[in-house]
Amino acid sequence: MSTAELHTLTGAYALHALPDTELRDFERHLADCEACTQEVRELSATAARLGLAVAETPPREMRDRVLREITTVRQEAPAHGRPERTGGSGRTGRWYAYALAACVAAAAAFGGVAVWQNQVAQDARQEADRAQRQSEELAQVISAPDAKTSSGELTGGAHGTVVVSQSRNRAVFLASGMERPPSGKVYQLWFNDAGTMRSAGLMDPKASDDAVLLDGPVDRASGMGITVEPAGGSAEPTSSPVALMDFPTA
Amino acid sequence: MRVARGDQDAFAAVYDAVSRPVLGLVRSVLRDPAQSEEVAQEVLVEVWRTAPRYQPSRGSAMNWVLTLAHHRAVDRVRSAEAAAAREHKAALLERTPAFDEVTEQVESRLEREQVRRCLRTLSELQRESVTLAYYRGLTYREVSELLSVPLGTIKTRLRDGLIRLRDCLGVSA
Ligand SMILES: [Zn+2]
Repeated sequence: MSTAELHTLTGAYALHALPDTELRDFERHLADCEACTQEVRELSATAARLGLAVAETPPREMRDRVLREITTVRQEAPAHGRPERTGGSGRTGRWYAYALAACVAAAAAFGGVAVWQNQVAQDARQEADRAQRQSEELAQVISAPDAKTSSGELTGGAHGTVVVSQSRNRAVFLASGMERPPSGKVYQLWFNDAGTMRSAGLMDPKASDDAVLLDGPVDRASGMGITVEPAGGSAEPTSSPVALMDFPTA
Repeated sequence: MRVARGDQDAFAAVYDAVSRPVLGLVRSVLRDPAQSEEVAQEVLVEVWRTAPRYQPSRGSAMNWVLTLAHHRAVDRVRSAEAAAAREHKAALLERTPAFDEVTEQVESRLEREQVRRCLRTLSELQRESVTLAYYRGLTYREVSELLSVPLGTIKTRLRDGLIRLRDCLGVSA
């Protein structure tokens, strides 16, 4: 196949639609064609959006099966450098899983739709920087050595995980599959200080999967709650919580 | 080997973030619910196993996971077809149409609406080619055969269809 022809295979490649022989030819071509490499990257990301559009909730037992199975499966070594030892200051499987969770959640929350769409615009870039800083902070909390998690079901089949790091005195809430709040309303997060609710910020009303760094220190809070509030949030909860979760105990 | 309880908790957050699109995608390609769950489960365990190899510089984590899921679903459908000696056209025809039917099981509404809107900006041949390849796991040769359109045309439509979709969705990578 000629080089000119090979350049046209980026779409078929991104869709995994090449038969084996042509796949090998094209991968050899990719190794030294920068234009195709960049195009494949973009078209693969585009194909993934087609995948995101067909989400389907797995049965509950699948979660248990997967989480049980991973306890018997050894992780591969990182792509670069030597495999790192677990224990000590090495990165453990837990670290990779947390970092991956942060990347997935941060992409869903900030990257996927709104922010990167107008990447050229200055205000969007500032927003992206802010999102970037926030997701770095968020990643630090969930990958802290003393990070602890607890998970719970939320209303409507949604699932919430809260990660608390005592050393950083911060908490992160990871939500998946939350219903969008009613129009003109937002989800507001609260620290539960022995029954008194202290505002911990708002969730992005556009995202059904979200990772939020709770505003403010954890201090003595024993858990968190979520309420539906008017846009902009409230000084104290004005409706009964849609979810209450206890923080993980040491 | 033993894995600490904390590893499970950590991976639970990954599971919660990616399991729904993974299952939805695998199911769109494989159709059979039991087989789809089996493959989705294999994919999620593979995500755990290969997580240390994930490189953020190569694209988002969700993209990485869904690319893997698509690969595994397509591998399965092709090996199943090879094993069944490819009752070719019948099998292909049975596997159309692609998008509208699939999306009935969908719950991520915003994403679905945006993808649907952008798919409408494609020509009919672009849209059919892209959705048959992606949601049904057909090779471009199979798409060509199914639609009775020359191979070269399908190759081009897959590429320019995806490019138009990329621009409409505002994807950058
Ligand atoms: Zn090229």
